[in-house]
Amino acid sequence: MTVLSTASRPGGIGTSPVRPDGDLKVRGLFAFSSDLSAPEMLWGHTVRSPHAHARVEHVDISRARAADGVVAVLTAADVPGRNGFGLVVDDQPVLAGDVVRYIGEAVALVAAETPEAARRAAALVDVVYTELDPVGTVEEALDPRTPPLHPDGNLVRAIDIRRGDPSRHAADVVVTGSYTVGMQDQAPLGTESGLAIPREDGGVQLLVNSQWIHADRNQLAAVLDLPPAKIDVTLAGVGGAFGAREDITLHAHLCLLALASGRPVKMVYSREESFVGHVHRHPAVLRYEHGARADGTLLYVRCAIDLDGGAYASTSWAVVSNAAAFAVGPYVCDDVEITSRVVYTNNPPCGAMRGFGAVQAAIGHEAQMDRLADALGMDPVELRLRNVLEEGDLLPTGQPIRGVVPARRILEELRDLVGVPPLDPAAGLLEMPGGVGNVTHGEGIRRGVGYGIGFKAGGMPEGIRDYATARVRLLPVRDGSEVRVVAQVQTAAAEIGQGLSTVVVQIVRSELGVADVVALPVDTSLGSAGSSSASRQTYMTGGAVQAACRALREELIERAHESFGHRAGSLLEHGHEALLRDGGLYAEDALVAPLTALVGEEGLEAVRRFDHRPTTPYGVDGQGEPHLQFIFAGHRAVADVDTETGLTRLVRLDVVQDVGKAIHPVAVEGQMQGGTAQGVGLALMEEIQVERGRIRNASFTDYLIPTVLDLPPMTTTILEIPDPEAPYGVKGAGEPATISSTPAVVSALRRATGRDLFHVPVRPWDLIAELDGLDERGEQ
Amino acid sequence: MNLDLHVNGRDHHLPDVPVWESLLSVLRDRLALYGAKNACEQGECGSCSVMLDDEVVCSCLVMAGQATGRRVRTVEGLEQDRVCAQVRRSMVEKGGVQCGFCTPGFVVAGTGILAADPDADDETIREGLAGNLCRCTGYTKILEAMADARETLHEDAS
Repeated sequence: MTVLSTASRPGGIGTSPVRPDGDLKVRGLFAFSSDLSAPEMLWGHTVRSPHAHARVEHVDISRARAADGVVAVLTAADVPGRNGFGLVVDDQPVLAGDVVRYIGEAVALVAAETPEAARRAAALVDVVYTELDPVGTVEEALDPRTPPLHPDGNLVRAIDIRRGDPSRHAADVVVTGSYTVGMQDQAPLGTESGLAIPREDGGVQLLVNSQWIHADRNQLAAVLDLPPAKIDVTLAGVGGAFGAREDITLHAHLCLLALASGRPVKMVYSREESFVGHVHRHPAVLRYEHGARADGTLLYVRCAIDLDGGAYASTSWAVVSNAAAFAVGPYVCDDVEITSRVVYTNNPPCGAMRGFGAVQAAIGHEAQMDRLADALGMDPVELRLRNVLEEGDLLPTGQPIRGVVPARRILEELRDLVGVPPLDPAAGLLEMPGGVGNVTHGEGIRRGVGYGIGFKAGGMPEGIRDYATARVRLLPVRDGSEVRVVAQVQTAAAEIGQGLSTVVVQIVRSELGVADVVALPVDTSLGSAGSSSASRQTYMTGGAVQAACRALREELIERAHESFGHRAGSLLEHGHEALLRDGGLYAEDALVAPLTALVGEEGLEAVRRFDHRPTTPYGVDGQGEPHLQFIFAGHRAVADVDTETGLTRLVRLDVVQDVGKAIHPVAVEGQMQGGTAQGVGLALMEEIQVERGRIRNASFTDYLIPTVLDLPPMTTTILEIPDPEAPYGVKGAGEPATISSTPAVVSALRRATGRDLFHVPVRPWDLIAELDGLDERGEQ
Repeated sequence: MNLDLHVNGRDHHLPDVPVWESLLSVLRDRLALYGAKNACEQGECGSCSVMLDDEVVCSCLVMAGQATGRRVRTVEGLEQDRVCAQVRRSMVEKGGVQCGFCTPGFVVAGTGILAADPDADDETIREGLAGNLCRCTGYTKILEAMADARETLHEDAS
């Protein structure tokens, strides 16, 4: 059989063509979900709970209903189907019925003629609550005296991974540590927003920012009590996601209001509402014990991780699993005991954020490696190299790593980086921590160099049957007197900024040799592409597009045989390499047939579904092969600390990441740089302050994310060590840099100050020796 | 109140505008100019940047009435501007755009920097963009785009 080969082509894989949506975005003409409108459109607003835990005694909508411009007011009683949603279990009410479990939980909805009328009417919904004791901590949640917040109790899930026996070792050196990680917000620049339009057949179209429109639709079908076919979810322009849009937020609210009013309804969350409207990264407590030989060989690791999942389950089920599976980091250790738990509390719900469990774990395991190196008097990179995972090594789950493990290479690249400048005592104010705001003369400034490495799995774990679907069409178009062939590619994969809409076009160009390729709008008319999360889309949807293209190639060869019989036969069946290029099917350099002749008047299309190889659930003692693919990154950070003021300044930050194959190198660098920046935020400034269930800093004035001035010059080193099982050898590129960035920065601060630093984000008072003994708000 | 605004070269007479409406709200919800984005409502993120005369401002912090008698240019109104056109091209070519929500704000701010000083050095550009938040890119490629725009504008001029 003749197999068509895939060649390098302009704008194909391995090149960096400009984004198809780039021009519209720079001109301000790209339609984000907040930029939509429709004739007769109403505006929606959400009434939210002011209490962390309360019984809802009574909801009176009469004053709101009578207000000027109000068209609909809805409560839990108006939900026609199942009043619950959630990606794993549907435990979160669309509108709270008899009880509210966190501050900001939706209780009622208003639709009105203007945004202002909706806002004012929402304030007129009278809700009578009886406050209940809120559950504020993991310990409280698991205390048998605490009443359960949900029918099955307060433990959402616990994972125990046991391999070997830590107690069989008498270690030369033992290092223990307890680390805490604050609650981080994804802080996408675009807030939750969308537009729902009632359909004439009683269904609804929802245009919304999302990471997974088919999961949205499935949940909506249950809530609205409609068959999925009566719900179109169309991806509107997404202003960033980072995990915040994996769960539904305002989706059901918009549809309920549109169906109740019979008119299009738009909603846009304010920044403050966005902070309570979506899930966050789980805050964590990580307790570790590492035992090692005097030469640095890791003998055993014990680890206990507690995650606060907040009021509803969201993706806690999977986050706790990741935290457990990657708790040891990319190191060999045959004797491990890991317990990871996540619980319900009355804090804001937590779920997906870039790095997803592995971020928290890496903060713990890398702190331990640094402190173990200190205890042994070893160089921290040498200690890591001594223990680093290699090909064929077993993970704590017993799963062997297949293919080449790049961890050693990443560490060596980091070790060999040059360019740590010495501290310049004559440096200007702008180069001091705090810049011109620094009131010292810089006498207390110390420079530190730190390293961090991390890994996680790409793709859905634990036996989940994950897949993606793609349709590719070849169509003749008349261009004046000429006919040429163009291609269309359609998937339901969410473009959230990462560049997937470019990747699918590149794959079609490479596979089919057609320059003119258009990615069609993303909606639920085609099968699911799965979620734009878990660093999986280039692998999964990329795999589906590749499969659809290859089906078309087979069809083209078949048609060539049919229509160009003898000529095609002699050219194609002599083992010549066949290639689609320049609008034709070629064998070696001979034209077999022009593409226009093969594609015909009607064109050709193929729809293919791509499934990855199966994984397994955890077995006894957490053993199994729960993961698809392992993805790695490492950082070196250089940081200055003013030890008198606790101010910090990053001097350099360098990242090395293995991506298997860089389909779009510029976009891969963008993922590495952007992921690194989010890790810097977690290291130095980003923490949602929760006090008795209330977010105290729900704004960009009080919740700070890195600006251009917070980030130093950065080099990005892309390693391309192909995964033999993945399409084109790709490895997920979205998350790894977020995992290793935070521990590297914290490590640099440790080196600069000699302090252990047990909390992330690191606060100024953690860096000042004289402030030991102050509480976390810097008060005596 | 009655509001008279001069936006992107056109005069608009808008009756019955509440006095508390921001310039951003008027641009988006009354004039359907969606280029300026609302991301923080507090002047922290720069996504709503527009030119008021020749000054880059956060339109969320400007009351609509304060813009009366001044020349308002949004990213849409800078379509023909030579400097802006180059900033836009460089942003796309250098990978300075991911989700794109902050992008119009960066384009307006970047245009303001290079319009005021075509020789703005890297540090001036960094300082000039410090009022614009981007959550996707980590800023590196935006800075590369700005340097590229500066160099290309110079080449074109010489």
